Amino acid sequence: MVAIKVTGLSKTFTKGKKALNSLDLQIDKGEMVALIGASGSGKSTLIRHISGLMKSDSDNSKIEVLDQTIQENGKLGRGVRSARSDVGVVFQQFNLVNRLSVLTNVLIGLLGQIPRWRGTLGLFTRAEKMIAMKALARVGIDNLAEQRSSTLSGGQQQRAAIARAITQGAEVILADEPIASLDPSSARKVMDTLENVNKEDGVTVLVSLHQVDYALRYCPRTIAMRNGEIIFDGDSKRLTPKLLEQLYGDDSLELLGSEQQEEPVVTSLPEQAVA
Amino acid sequence: MSNLSETQKSIEIPAHDLKRSIGSLVMWAVFFALLAMSWEGADMRPWDLIENAENMSQFASGFFPPDMSQWKMYVEEIWITIQIAIWGTALSIVCSIPFGILCSENIVPWWVYQPVRRLMDAARAINEMVFAMLFVVAVGLGPFAGVLALWIHTTGVLAKLFSEAVEAIDPSPVEGIRATGATGLQEVIFGVIPQVLPLWISYSLYRFESNVRSATVLGIVGAGGIGMVLWENIRGFYYAETAAVIILIIISVSLLDVLSQRLRKMVI
Repeated sequence: MVAIKVTGLSKTFTKGKKALNSLDLQIDKGEMVALIGASGSGKSTLIRHISGLMKSDSDNSKIEVLDQTIQENGKLGRGVRSARSDVGVVFQQFNLVNRLSVLTNVLIGLLGQIPRWRGTLGLFTRAEKMIAMKALARVGIDNLAEQRSSTLSGGQQQRAAIARAITQGAEVILADEPIASLDPSSARKVMDTLENVNKEDGVTVLVSLHQVDYALRYCPRTIAMRNGEIIFDGDSKRLTPKLLEQLYGDDSLELLGSEQQEEPVVTSLPEQAVA
Repeated sequence: MSNLSETQKSIEIPAHDLKRSIGSLVMWAVFFALLAMSWEGADMRPWDLIENAENMSQFASGFFPPDMSQWKMYVEEIWITIQIAIWGTALSIVCSIPFGILCSENIVPWWVYQPVRRLMDAARAINEMVFAMLFVVAVGLGPFAGVLALWIHTTGVLAKLFSEAVEAIDPSPVEGIRATGATGLQEVIFGVIPQVLPLWISYSLYRFESNVRSATVLGIVGAGGIGMVLWENIRGFYYAETAAVIILIIISVSLLDVLSQRLRKMVI
């Protein structure tokens, strides 16, 4: 069964420059797919379109998730709110509400499913709180449930965001650069959690990554983007450094390995002045 | 070392921008012209202060020593004044929450926030005293008219301050909530309000302080509180009593300022 189906998706921000150029994409249920590309290649834009947070150009395009229309020809589908509740989104900046407790942040995942008035008043039942606590236990931070989410480290916040998606009962998780602002060990924990949700619950995961090595380690399938177009879609193992260089040219350095990334290569002008 | 001297050579102090310095001269000229122009209209007579110094010192001496014999009544009236401010502020906070959100351009479309903003402008543009005079006619003399006056005016002020806080929020948590399939109202309750709450509380406490100050004069137009006593004393040339009332007002306003500052520190 198809989880995500994108046809003819285009997006233009400034005239004449397409951020997404007539994209077609299909992801089956239960897949774990990496989306790679240098910054500015359109990864985030694509994910924001699939989650219905951004509207496409008004030409012949359609995005369906789990057979529900998210948007068609630049207009959000009628059932977009119920469709959104089946899709968990994990963001680079976590997008938790800082001043609320971790538990409340996770309970927000239930808003799309419980009666509106109860959600609006923030009245959650014991059973619902239990669901949220179980999700927190699963990502390994149930001991932090009562703390304000701003007191958590980046990796913990990202796991709380995943717990929110689990609580949401999402069948599809879209993760937009979930590890881009994390240190390597937190990044691994977050990717492990996503992998776990994919393997055990059969949740379809589409995760955009800056670095190819994570894609190789966690995702059987990789989609590579450049300038708003898909330039590779297939088995991650085929993504050798050689192929990457063919695909990206000089930009391939940016995508290769997190370890090289940590050392700044660029020599800036002020440093020269000091020397 | 050669590198260093080279960079030093290339450094230059930016030349005076003639356009900008003329611009600032013009600005100052306009400013002083405005002051000079307003001299007559404002009936400025500074030398009168010196000429009439003796009269004034005589007038001032009438205030001393303050006559505290009726302090109990004064304190009671001040307490009523504070109660007027409490109710006026509380009602306006309740109204400013929805109005403040409806004034925010990052939450509602322009055809909602434009009319609501104009409505709030109107509430804010008219002074409490004017509202108080109108409400005295409508609901009769007494504190209730004062409460209504503070309510309307403060709603106009707080709604603007509240909406400014809302417009400065970080949109990403709200997006995170939208992505879970929440309704627009739920986005506001869970995503917006937690972010702005400390500022809102701080603004509300500040408005409460200033409402206590405003309420001390509402009595002059018959809207209850210590202002009525103050006005009667001034009109009757009872300057010793007036001094006593003024001293008590200063004490209570300072006490409330200290108290609300403490409270504000606690929430932020």
